Amino acid sequence: MSMDRREFLKAAGLSAVAGLGAKGAFDLFMPGDVDASEHGGHSGHGHGHGDEAEAGPKIRLAMAIDVLQLKDHSKVDKIKAACDNAHNIPHWDSKDDEVKWIWEDEYEHVFPDTHNEYLADEVRELPFLLMCNHCDDPPCARVCPVEATFKRPDGIVAQDYHRCIGCRFCMAACPYGSRSFNWFDPRIPLRAEGRKLNPRFPTRMRGVVEKCNFCVERLAEGKQPACVEACPDVMIFGNLADPNSEIRKVLRKRVSLRRKLELGTKPSVFYLV
Amino acid sequence: MIERALKGSPKYWGWVIFLLAIISVGFLCYLYQLKNGLGITGMSRDISWGVYIAQFTYFVGVAAGAVMLVIPKYLHHYQKYAKIVVFGEFIAIAAVTMCLLFIVVDIGQPMRMLNVLLHPTPHSMLFYDMIVLNGYLAINIIVGYNTLLADRKGLPCPGWVKPFIYLSIPWAISIHTVTAFLYAGVPGRHLWLTAVMAPRFLASAFAAGPSLLIMLLLFVQKVSKFKVDPEAIQSVAKTVCYAMIVNMFLMFMEFFTAYYSHIPGHIAPLEYLFFGLHGHDSLVGFMRFSMVAGFLGIFVLLVPALRRSNKWLVLGVASVFLATLIDKGVGLVIGGFIPNPFETITEYSATFPEIMIAISIWAVGALVLTVLYKVALSVREEQQIA
Repeated sequence: MSMDRREFLKAAGLSAVAGLGAKGAFDLFMPGDVDASEHGGHSGHGHGHGDEAEAGPKIRLAMAIDVLQLKDHSKVDKIKAACDNAHNIPHWDSKDDEVKWIWEDEYEHVFPDTHNEYLADEVRELPFLLMCNHCDDPPCARVCPVEATFKRPDGIVAQDYHRCIGCRFCMAACPYGSRSFNWFDPRIPLRAEGRKLNPRFPTRMRGVVEKCNFCVERLAEGKQPACVEACPDVMIFGNLADPNSEIRKVLRKRVSLRRKLELGTKPSVFYLV
Repeated sequence: MIERALKGSPKYWGWVIFLLAIISVGFLCYLYQLKNGLGITGMSRDISWGVYIAQFTYFVGVAAGAVMLVIPKYLHHYQKYAKIVVFGEFIAIAAVTMCLLFIVVDIGQPMRMLNVLLHPTPHSMLFYDMIVLNGYLAINIIVGYNTLLADRKGLPCPGWVKPFIYLSIPWAISIHTVTAFLYAGVPGRHLWLTAVMAPRFLASAFAAGPSLLIMLLLFVQKVSKFKVDPEAIQSVAKTVCYAMIVNMFLMFMEFFTAYYSHIPGHIAPLEYLFFGLHGHDSLVGFMRFSMVAGFLGIFVLLVPALRRSNKWLVLGVASVFLATLIDKGVGLVIGGFIPNPFETITEYSATFPEIMIAISIWAVGALVLTVLYKVALSVREEQQIA
């Protein structure tokens, strides 16, 4: 094979983004900037050029979550179900064995460092959706001994299930608790009766770590992430490096929060409140 | 030389068979884990490292402890250590072997282990840990074997071994420093994010390794004709005492910084470990015992009259060994995960197969040590007869 898996993923990612740009389905980046986006590199060090838009990469994918919309709890369930179905996420009975890509929790647990006992009731009770933050400077990619988790030029922190040795260093390093380990064979609960599987996305094996991948496989087909497709009014996905993108527009207008900013990881998930 | 391990008394063989029996039970448990996954352990999404990694960390320290004999012997020509330094190096070999096994049993896809070599990743601290641990194993095999071989022939240590001996000194420091960096370099785990992690690791290592050596030397004197100079043992005991004092001092630093600053994130894991947090207190008994044992060990080893009595000495070094084993081999790793990134608490308790696997790795370490000590003792006995 002349192209190894990583090269393939990079190429697939870039062509996905290029494809989107060409179709105009998505406000991701200006056509012709594909090569320029490469210079950010996929090094785990990720020097985080995100601050200066000019010097930084031309694509930095990000998600804004309109938490106020989630008062209608059915949307939470709809989003979770969309992700489950897209990625064949196993459901375990025990909390210890859980595999989670997107799930909800209260403000107090999502922002423990800014815990405020006088918080407005409305915010306190909102379900905040948690997922991988696709950090600009991801500690998980820094510590991975085999580069099974790595940052792509478009900002997605990807996970290679076929390279991961299951050392779980990334789980210790992730300050957001975004990573899950397959303690048992994930295909066991997937065989449960009535469980719908997506044949277009691989199931995993036991002993590897997994997490939200920003639906990189759907982006490659020119589709939106599954959660965005399920609730486009809640999940706003786009290119942070493009000042005219929808996500940048909404971030200019609304107050947004990001988790544990003091750690310098620069999360790409924003909570609109 | 190694063939001397094949000639032994029935007691020796009984011990070897006993260890092999434990190892085979542990191996069966490992096969069970391999078949079903790491889910058979007490680890969870929140406590993603458990007894395996904790014990790994501890035994890296025990291995590094050998340098406390190498420095006086080879840098200061302290000849009282001439006969025993090899026993320290052999502890290092056994301990590093255990470390490597603890890593193997901990990873989810052991058959992909060589990916670490196939995709070397210099920004990962595990990459350096792999280099320093395997390097330290090789250095100690080279040095231990060749110095003992030279002793047997009554010749001075060959010149080419000397650079390896000197290299082993910074290398020993490096193994535990890099191991500390595994923890001290990750953001968001309050207990681990401390600059004194590496110094404290080294201090507890220099207490734990030599403690074990003293216990073993006192034991082999009983079962062989090899006699150790009591002054040598006293010197090692003083080293243990000083190192343990530094360790406890650094632990006090952690308490001061957390509790005087009043920063909740820094207090929470210490609170969990030593007092219990929100009703979760499964490690409190262990950690308090560790604290008491640490102070007791220091006291016994500090008072000359007690230290000179072998019974007290064993109590002192055993206390230090246990104290550091609980502190680093349990509390440090589990405490780092509590509370979790959501400031909630999931507790951990090891399962039966998990404990059996850990015990069988101890048995492998004991077996390696038994064989190596058998060889070393037979050489020493010959020397004494000659």
